[in-house]
Amino acid sequence: MKESDIRLVPIKNGTALDHLPAGTALKILEILQLSKPEKAVTLAINTESKSMGKKDLVFIEGKELTKSEIEKIGLLAKGATINVIKGSEVKSKAKIELPEKAVGIIRCLNPKCISSIENLETKFSILQGPLRAKCFYCEKTMHEKEIANAIR
Amino acid sequence: MGLSLTDIISICDFSKKDIELVLETASQMDSLPKEKKARILENRVIASLFFEPSTRTRLSFETAIQNLGGRVVGFSDPAVSSTSKGETLSDSIRMVSGYADMIIMRHSIEGAARRAAEVSKKPIINGGDGANQHPTQTLLDLYTIKKEFKKIDGIKIGLLGDLKYGRTVHSLMYALAHYKNVEVFCIAPESLKMPEEIIKDNSGQLEIKETKNLHEFLPELDVLYATRIQKERFADEFEYAQIKNVFILGREILEKTKEQFRIMHPLPRVNEIKQELDSTPAALYFEQAKNGVPVREAILSLLKGVEK
Repeated sequence: MKESDIRLVPIKNGTALDHLPAGTALKILEILQLSKPEKAVTLAINTESKSMGKKDLVFIEGKELTKSEIEKIGLLAKGATINVIKGSEVKSKAKIELPEKAVGIIRCLNPKCISSIENLETKFSILQGPLRAKCFYCEKTMHEKEIANAIR
Repeated sequence: MGLSLTDIISICDFSKKDIELVLETASQMDSLPKEKKARILENRVIASLFFEPSTRTRLSFETAIQNLGGRVVGFSDPAVSSTSKGETLSDSIRMVSGYADMIIMRHSIEGAARRAAEVSKKPIINGGDGANQHPTQTLLDLYTIKKEFKKIDGIKIGLLGDLKYGRTVHSLMYALAHYKNVEVFCIAPESLKMPEEIIKDNSGQLEIKETKNLHEFLPELDVLYATRIQKERFADEFEYAQIKNVFILGREILEKTKEQFRIMHPLPRVNEIKQELDSTPAALYFEQAKNGVPVREAILSLLKGVEK
């Protein structure tokens, strides 16, 4: 299917996520706790993209994302586009950046870390090239795949 | 100028200036008359909280406190603390920071010291948090090298043994990266190699070579920093049996080394260094352990009166 052939159900008020790396859409639904949505959610997986080769799309009716939800998506899909739709029109469009810090949005996978043992609000510094997250407490570094599994 | 830090948690927090200040102060402590030294922590109470047993770290800290005229409160056995009643570390530290002027702590949980520094109104000194950090060990290692060789720049150091899990050798790599023209030779069996990430983090600043053969670079070394290979690190007992004796240092290595060659070890040793080396000039490990006192005196005196 070509990019021009994509016909997703348009949304009236909500959020359209575009340019998601292929294979991330289902994880994003899980992060946004939309596995049993009340309103329409439309997904496209592995569609053709001129700039990315393949990409995913997620359209969510009736939902504006919070700052922490956008940060979580940033950890999975740096460079994706977020469109806020109001009255069937695109009200704002922005590129999702990788956050510099991740506070309370990922858990530390080190079972010996104080943040897991005392259930503390987690803090990570996010390092680029390749993507890594370093725990403020135990100083252990998680890599891309581990980060995806650690998102709360 | 004092330290830029209010707590001593991780060697990664130290700038070169901070490290040098600790080493200079330790050197002053080494030569300060006893009576003068004994006034530095006069009327101060230092908490020594050892949630995990330790001999060298606890005794050298407590000796340092006594030498500086301070008083020690605390425990060396967590069974006698409220932890055994289920109190969180955060609560224990909040409480003790109301009693003491500084807190020294060792804990088996990684990140425990960083958490303690967050909740404590008084400076925290990390005496080891599980497999994570033990910054005063690294500082005393650097102090030992500087005292022995009158410099750290240009030193050629071999790191031997368990480089995969060894906390002391990891921290030492990061600390040495502050100095110029330092060459590090990582000598370990395949399964205990220095983690890729640590090599990558420091390869810009350090000249790093890796080998499985102890004898390959021996004639080049100024220092050989030996560590213990722990049986429990091996999933396969056969593999442990194969390598456990490979890295045992005996008198014969001195036939190949420079005259000023020295051996360091964070201690306790098991069988990595034969006792026959103890009486040779190469044995620096007991001097290294002794240096724990002036280095810890330096840290205590630099943190005195720090406002958080």
